[in-house]
Formats: sequence, C-alpha cells, structure tokens
Amino acid sequence: MSQADAPAPVPTAPRLEMRGISKRYDATRALRGVDLVVQPGEIHAIAGENGAGKSTLIKVLAGAVARDAGTIKIDGLETELPSPHAAHQAGIRVVYQEFSLVPHLSVAENILLGQLPSRAGGMWIDWKAAARLASAALDSLGFDVPNVRRPVESLPVSQRQMVEIAKAMLERPRILVLDEPSAVLSGGDLDRLFNAVRALRDAGTTVLYVSHRLDEVFQIASRITVLKDGGLVGTVDSASIDQPGLVRMMVGRELAEIYPARSASVGEPVLRVRNLSRSRAFREVNLDLAPGEILGVFGLVGSGRTDVVRAIFGADASTGEMTLDGRPYRPRSPGDALSQGVAMLSEDRARDGLVLQLSLRDNLSLASFSRMSRLGVISKSQQRALVTDEIAEVGIRAPSINALVRRLSGGNQQKVVVGKWLLRGARVLLLDEPTRGVDVGAKADIYRIIASLAERGKAILLVSSELPEILGMSDRILVMRGGRLVGEFSRHEATEERLLAAAAGVVEGAAA
Amino acid sequence: MNSRPDLTGRLISVVGRRVSAANEDWRGRWLSYLPTVAFLVLATIAAVTSDAFLSQGNLSNLFRQIVTNGLVSLGMLTVILSAGIDLSVGSIVALAGIVAAGLLNILPWPLAIPLAVGVAMIAGGINGTLVAGFRLPPFVATLATMSAIRGFVYVVSETPITPTDMTFGRIVASSVGPVPTPAIFMICCFMVVSLFLSRTTMGRAIYAIGGNEEAVRLSGINVRAHIMLAYLISGLFAGLAGVILASRVGIAQPSVGSGLELDAIAACVIGGASLAGGRGSVRGTFAGVLLLGLISNLLNLYNVQAYYQQIFKGALIVLAVLARRREG
Repeated sequence: MSQADAPAPVPTAPRLEMRGISKRYDATRALRGVDLVVQPGEIHAIAGENGAGKSTLIKVLAGAVARDAGTIKIDGLETELPSPHAAHQAGIRVVYQEFSLVPHLSVAENILLGQLPSRAGGMWIDWKAAARLASAALDSLGFDVPNVRRPVESLPVSQRQMVEIAKAMLERPRILVLDEPSAVLSGGDLDRLFNAVRALRDAGTTVLYVSHRLDEVFQIASRITVLKDGGLVGTVDSASIDQPGLVRMMVGRELAEIYPARSASVGEPVLRVRNLSRSRAFREVNLDLAPGEILGVFGLVGSGRTDVVRAIFGADASTGEMTLDGRPYRPRSPGDALSQGVAMLSEDRARDGLVLQLSLRDNLSLASFSRMSRLGVISKSQQRALVTDEIAEVGIRAPSINALVRRLSGGNQQKVVVGKWLLRGARVLLLDEPTRGVDVGAKADIYRIIASLAERGKAILLVSSELPEILGMSDRILVMRGGRLVGEFSRHEATEERLLAAAAGVVEGAAA
Repeated sequence: MNSRPDLTGRLISVVGRRVSAANEDWRGRWLSYLPTVAFLVLATIAAVTSDAFLSQGNLSNLFRQIVTNGLVSLGMLTVILSAGIDLSVGSIVALAGIVAAGLLNILPWPLAIPLAVGVAMIAGGINGTLVAGFRLPPFVATLATMSAIRGFVYVVSETPITPTDMTFGRIVASSVGPVPTPAIFMICCFMVVSLFLSRTTMGRAIYAIGGNEEAVRLSGINVRAHIMLAYLISGLFAGLAGVILASRVGIAQPSVGSGLELDAIAACVIGGASLAGGRGSVRGTFAGVLLLGLISNLLNLYNVQAYYQQIFKGALIVLAVLARRREG
C-alpha cells in the first residue's frame, strides 16, 4: 500500500494497536496472544525478563519476523508489515541492540545511508554537506562524536549506539523503537538520550522503550507493558506502580531476594596492584584484593575500569607492579594470568567469552583441556564428568551438554563463562559487568554464584556500572573517573548519591 | 585423574545426547547427510543407466581420481575451520610432485617421498607465518604464495621430470583387492583427521578459533600456534596429494594442480563448511569429494564436455549453500 492512496488516519485511534500477537518457533511459544496499545506521542516501555518475548514482539513490529496470528493497526488502519521494508514505509524505525551499521563506512555515511547529499545532478557526493548534516544530527541529540569522517568500527560501542540512534531519529519516524539502549550508554549520555527522546515525543513521535533496567523505565516511560514467558502480564501507568511492584509483575518475586546475604571474612590480600598505568587508558591505579572479598569498581563508561581489568588479566600491556601471593605477578598474556589462577569474565561475553556455534561441552572445556586430556587427546569420559559437575555447580539450564551455546539464554551463557573459569581453577576472578543483558531471574542466580565463590575464598573484583549491583554485592567499593581511582568506600559508607558524585566528579555537598 | 564419572552424570549426558540428537539439531543433522544422499541417488542412477559405470575399471578409476582432491580438501577443511583459506594448495601439489620426482632420481623412495612432503610442509609453514605471525588476511597471504610457489616450481624445473625409480609408482598403482591403495590411504587420512578435529585439544581449539578467536585467546590458548598448525596440515596434505598424483601419472608437471584449490573449497562448502570458520565436518567434506568426483566421472562416461562439468560444479555449490541457508 503506498502512502498516497492511504485513507486519512482515524483521529481518535491509537498510534499502534497490536492484538493477539502469537509466534511459535518449533516447540517454543515465543509470543502467546500479546496485546500492545500505544497512544500517539506516548513513551511506552516494554519490560520483562530476557526470554519474556520483548525481542520477538519488536521483531514482529519491525517486519523482521512473521507472526502466526494477531492483527496490527497503525493509526487505526490494519497493516500487514510483511517485511522490514514495509515497516520502514509505515514509519517504524527500530534501533536494535546489535548494531545495523556498516563498520568500514564513516559515521556520516552511516547516518545518511541512502540519503547522502549530492552535487552536479546526483553524480558526486557532497562530503562537506554530509559531514555537516551528520554533525548537526548528533549535536541536536547532545551526543559527542568527535569526528564524523572516522569509520564507525573505530568508535567505542557507546558512540556506535549514538550513531545508530541519530540515524533513526533523523528520519523522524512515526514509531521509534529503542531496544535496550542503556546496555551501552550510561550516565550523561543516557540523560541526553532521554532528553532527545522527550523532544521527539513532543514533536509527535511515539516511542517504544525496551529495557530490563527498572529505574530507566520509570524515568522515561508514562506507561509500561510487562511481558513474561511470551504472555502479557499487563499494562500499567508508571505513576501507579513502584519498582518492587514492577519486579513482582516481571518475575513473580521480591526485589530484596535478588542480592544474597553475605558474611565476608576477609584475609590477607592475594592480589596487590601498585601504580598500574597504561597510556591513554588509566594511571597510577593501586588496589588490594583479598580472598573471600568482593571488591566493587564503579565508574561511568570510558572511566577506564574495563582497561584496568584487562591489564590485570594480561590482555593489554601496562606498567607498574603487581604481586600475587606476595610473588611478582607480570602476566604477559591471558594464558599467563590463567596459569597463575587469575581469570576474567568480560562485559561482552559473545565477543570475548564464548564460541557461540560450539557446544556447552566445548565451551566449558576450552580453558581446561589439560585437565581432561592426555598427550593432546581428549578423554570423553573425563570431559563429560568434569563438565557435568560444573553444569550442576553453577546451575546452567540446558537440554544437554551438547546443546549449542548460542541457543542458551543470556543468563545461562554468562554462567557458562563463570563455569569455564571455575573448571580452570581460578582463585582471582575479574568480573566485568557480569550481568549485562541478563534478566532479573538469572541475575539473582549469578549473584548467588558470585557470593558463594567469595564464601569459598575466591577473590573477586566486580566491575559494574549498575549502582544497585555494586551496592548490593561489594564489601568495598572503588570509584574510577578519567582513568584514575578517585574514591574508596566501605559497604556502610557507600550510597548511590556518593558513588555517582565521585564518578561524575561532582564535589560532595555542592551537588545537593 | 582416573576416577570413573558417577553413574548419574553418565546417564544424564547419555540421555542428553539422545535428546539433543532428536530435536535440537535434527535439521542440521539431516542436512549434513544431504551430500551423502545426493551421492547415493546419483550413483544409483548411474548404475541403472550406464553399463560402464559399475565396471571394475571405471570404479577403480573413480577412486584413483578423487584421491588428489580428497587429500587436498582435508587440509583445506582444517584451514577453513580456523576461519582461513589456503589458495596455494594447487601450487604446493606441483611443488611436491616436482621435488619428489627430482629426488627419486638421486635418493631411494623412502627418503625422497618424505622429503618432498616435508618441502610441502615448509610451504604450509610460510603460509602459517604470514597469517599467524604477520597477521596478513589468509586470502591475500595464500594468493601471494600461490603465485610465488608456482614460480618457484618453474625455477626448479621448467620441463616435466620423469622419475627413473618406479617403486613408489608401483605402490601407488597397486590395489588391495578391488580398492586402489591410494584410496585406502586417503580414507585412513579422513579417519585420522576426523579424530584429530573431534577428539584432540588442538582440533577443538582450531574449531573454536574459527568461531571466536578472541574468546579462545582469552581462554589461555595459543591462537597463533594453532593457526600455524592448520596451514602446516594443509601443506602436509597438499604434499601427499602431490607425490601421489605425480607417481600415478608417472611424470611430474610443473603446471599441474592449478584450480585444485577451487575444487577443494567446493568440496568443503558442499560438505557444509562455513567460509566464516568454525563450522564444517570431515564427514561432510568426504561426501563433497565423492559427489564432485562422481559428477565428473559420470559426465565423462556420457561424453559430456569438460566445460559443462564446471557449470554443474558451480550449480552444485550454490545449491548446497542454499539448502543450508535456513539453518540458524
């Protein structure tokens, strides 16, 4: 249907009305008769655990997945949305978690893809105008992407997300869908995104905001639709419900149960770090980490927290002194660190931690081949025994040890990475955003595992940009800003306000 | 570490394997048999429509002909699994043939043949150094060595070399019962590589590198050494193919083997390998080799021009990839 012959919209109809949407993948019912009604100019959140059906619902709306049943009306007119192209024509734009950018092309080209300004009758691209337009689009969102002529692949993940959002917003869609933007944006950038989203809403765009971060949902959305196990739990006004209430809707249990009770008995430091520096990343970092301790490191994106962890793991070169059990510790490679009992769990498990197309068995074994092989030949029975025990220890839910890791949920995938390191016999665990992209239920599982590891004497460095997680789990908390450690708090001293103030460089007291 | 795993664990995993075989990967498993099924169907049609096909002479000819591509494909598969590609295998085949023929005129064959295969492995080692050591893209690195090795072969001998010592040639020409000896050797190689890729730490590491190199590096595995190993294996099998081919024909041509890399890549892809790495199987590659060999054998029997064979081959590659398109 071309827009020219389309009848005029029904004035009182909702902008988007999805009714009875169902979708089945083989044996799994991803969506079971879900309704979603969104009014024009509304910011509407879709909340739910991973696997609740949020992504599938969005993919149906984006024309990327064909629904089995249900109707979709836009401005009161029934629409089929058989393809992404059709959804695009209908004014629907989706910013996915996985980026749809062309890595080798410049920021400007990506933002203006398909509508690059040209000169001389469309023959020559007007690069100056393109750069100007792209910069203007980013500026209007308040995003700081320094050079729009750089290829997108050279940007950090957070800036790539900004490019993606700018590209979507430039088209002034009727319905804009943001899928977990806070997975890579934090602090000020997220605030700027929210401002831009509100401005877009005021200009008439309807925004669907998908997130499992409750504080954001309350900050931005006026109404919230909650999904669970592919079904609709309900749609509520965000003013009429509080966070614990929303968690109950999402998982059917209380927020307080998420963080396990801990009794830390801290011994002598096992890892000492002195004057650790890496040019253009961080400077003069000092920290002590003891067995049984969970040391939280909080910082905004770009504060250097991930770089510190990578340096301790030997993944990046650094200068300074480190000791492990009093002996000098100078890891030249991750293999070196691992052989001394230091393991890392990275924030991007799909990139750094897992081989998605291999099985659970292979992934768990990957760092521990020496424990299950003789002369390079793997003993299947030893491997099965070790892997089966580890699956039980960290509570991975999978149909079999031969299940492909890419078919597991995010929470279970993260448990696979933890299990891999435990099988290797790690004593010091560096956890970088261990619950990113993980749903609330699996988060509780991962917190329980982390706490039990500390109980058993593992030393744990927990890097996170989620304040509740840092506050709920850590015995001590270090705060990083601009590549330096700028504060240390005990569990009792720490509050959300103090940590945020330190991370953002606000003098305490002056902020209030 | 000799403790028997507990019974429950064994039961769970055995049952688990059945369950996974039954539903999780049923489609992938079915598809992985597709080349084998296609082979059987074609062979049946051939047997019914042509008297010559089932004759002893033709079958043994068919098996002799697929040995070269079979061995080269094994090495190619190993490299492809590591997310690489080896375009230089055809040149290495010629290199090993020329070196073997030359050495056979001055050394006894038990020395000459291993030395020639060793030279082929050095060529593989150069590929490995360029890819793993200097971080060149595999396509570029092996494109360069494809040209350089071919040039080197002509430097060694512009004219074909006929070995005077034919002992090795007689072994290659011999048969065990109705089956040619080289075919038995090739099948043994397939079994060894199959075990290597599925059961050894090095084999699993090569699969994993093709799937996610960074995750493997962070697991403490030496990625460069394993990439190097993959190219050495490719050199080894191209070398074996080269000495067997030269001995079968009875003459080593410096021009032999060009285009072999494409046949080997085709066999891997038809057998389900992904050029992005991490996915592919020895069994599938074997079926791919059989299928390609059967098609050219059949078209020869029916006196179809060689050019049509190439068209068929191209169509087959496209069909094989399309059949797998929907797999997750």
